[in-house]
Amino acid sequence: MRLLNHTSKYLSLLLLPVITIWAVLFYYAMLDEIYDSLDDGLDNQKMLLVKRAETDPKILRHTDFNKHVYTFNKISKKKYDNFKESYHDTLMFMQNEQDFEPVRIYESTLMHNGAYYSLKVATSMIEEDDLLEDLITHLIGLYLVLVLSILILNNILLKRIWKPFYRLIDQLKNFRIEKSEPLVLHHTNIEEFKLLNHTVQRLTQKSSESFIAQKQFIENASHELQTPLAISINKLELLLENKDITENQLNDIAVVLENLGRLTRMNKSLLLLSKIENLQFKDEHLVDFKMLTEKIIYDFDDFIAHRKMNIVVAQSENLTYKINEDIAAILLTNLIKNAVFHGKPSTQIKIDITKNSWEIMSYGELEPLDESKIFARFVKVTTQKKSTGLGLAIAKAITDKYALTLKYRYDSSHIFKIEVS
Amino acid sequence: MKILIVEDEPQMLENMRQTLEQEKYNVETATTFKSALDKLGVYDYDCILLDISLPDGNGLELLKQLKKLGKVDGVIIVSAKDSLDDKLKGLDLGADDYLPKPFHMAELNARVKAILRRRYFEGNKVILFGNLSIEPENRTVKIDEEEILLNRKEYDILMYLITNKNRLVTKAALAEHVWGDNIDQADSFDFIYSQIKNLRKKLQNANVKIEAIYGIGYKLDNEQ
Repeated sequence: MRLLNHTSKYLSLLLLPVITIWAVLFYYAMLDEIYDSLDDGLDNQKMLLVKRAETDPKILRHTDFNKHVYTFNKISKKKYDNFKESYHDTLMFMQNEQDFEPVRIYESTLMHNGAYYSLKVATSMIEEDDLLEDLITHLIGLYLVLVLSILILNNILLKRIWKPFYRLIDQLKNFRIEKSEPLVLHHTNIEEFKLLNHTVQRLTQKSSESFIAQKQFIENASHELQTPLAISINKLELLLENKDITENQLNDIAVVLENLGRLTRMNKSLLLLSKIENLQFKDEHLVDFKMLTEKIIYDFDDFIAHRKMNIVVAQSENLTYKINEDIAAILLTNLIKNAVFHGKPSTQIKIDITKNSWEIMSYGELEPLDESKIFARFVKVTTQKKSTGLGLAIAKAITDKYALTLKYRYDSSHIFKIEVS
Repeated sequence: MKILIVEDEPQMLENMRQTLEQEKYNVETATTFKSALDKLGVYDYDCILLDISLPDGNGLELLKQLKKLGKVDGVIIVSAKDSLDDKLKGLDLGADDYLPKPFHMAELNARVKAILRRRYFEGNKVILFGNLSIEPENRTVKIDEEEILLNRKEYDILMYLITNKNRLVTKAALAEHVWGDNIDQADSFDFIYSQIKNLRKKLQNANVKIEAIYGIGYKLDNEQ
């Protein structure tokens, strides 16, 4: 949910009880005021009737509400003394509505020419259910108008206020650490946004710097390692030719040489990774993947035969892609190598080439590999102690950089698929 | 044959010198840009091994000077950088080969021999070893004038072993040379054995012997 809608949601939820409570209070306050003014009106009518009785005593004989809005009844002195004036509500049949409607009645007394009378004055009351209905309809209207205003206000005002924030988010969304493009920040007068901009800028700059530093470090370290590695390997190779060396010593030297070889390969792979990431392979041509695959398989022939495996290449359509040929060779080699070295001896490897995909299937471990880890550096998915753990990382780096996708899935065999997007 | 090694790392220089002297070459050395330039101005060399990064200058600059002097033939660039850019620039300036560090001694030997062969015999010279004769130009191998058929890998193995004759060639060096860098991850180099076995079979009538040196490598000897 977006921030703007979030505030709107809370405001609308808050408004609902506030308006309801306010409506109840308002209703009773209004009712109170209405009763007050009705009672004043009844009081006034009584006074008018009393005055009229003096000039027109006939009215004192009106005892029926059906004819007048007042009644007089003769009462005893005792009753007159104990009489308590009162206002109360009742229902009365109204001619205009042809229905019983609420009326307010004022009961009082008067003395006229030594006789005592009780007096009732009626006035039509407001209809409470109608009032309530009206009130609710209008309040719902008010609520809707308020919510609508909040939404509009949010969308105009808040959007404007939060503009620096949204601009920053947009920039961060497009920020790629490997691209070394700094964030373009816009000026803002709001203290918090200034702080946010400043902090984000510092953080991204810092991470860009350390990313570059790390990349350069790997590159420099790999370069610097080449010469000492060369010296050590060559010294041992010369030593091997020494006639005075015993068989045991020879074997020890061979072990050291083998490990130096591993170190060399790891170093070369790291260098290759930096080169791929720096896009140093520029010369691009249309590469025929079928031909390239067959060339690579030829190099692996002896090794495949040694492991009693066989490779089948199936091609429905020809796949060609514009890429640096060396890079394409490294990509396919790494995947084929992976299948050959990690596949079980005496199994078949199948390569499937279609118009826009290249897929290799091999039988290795009987369970799927951890997809989140296989393309990471130095992750060895199998027990093969001599693999550098960089082969698939290199393949992934290549597909990432050259607008291809590399996917892994397990379907009783391990399947790696390159797709042209 | 006179060879100049231009290399600033003393140990690296020493290894290269030793291995080339075993092949009976006359080896001279230079450790700086300036001393290399001095030597190149005075003497002619059959092959020059040139390190690109020197303390007082760039090897490519030296190559430019050589080009001006008309002495650019037979240069092998040796570099720790393994950079495609340097390689292309170097070859563009007239270098004959590019050898990235680290390399095997057998590979250095093979590259130097290839340069010398190309320069002085234009590839036409027949290489003789025992009763074997090889014509590198058309990749043919004969035992006592009778041609035997070798596949590409068998031929490459034989050539590499002959180039490094009487020397121990490690399996790693052989695998890298014949099968390329791709094979490097193999858990063992045992797969080489089947090609060696085939090669031995085809060389039955030759008086040369491919000797296995324990588990380490192979050596090609004359059968006495």
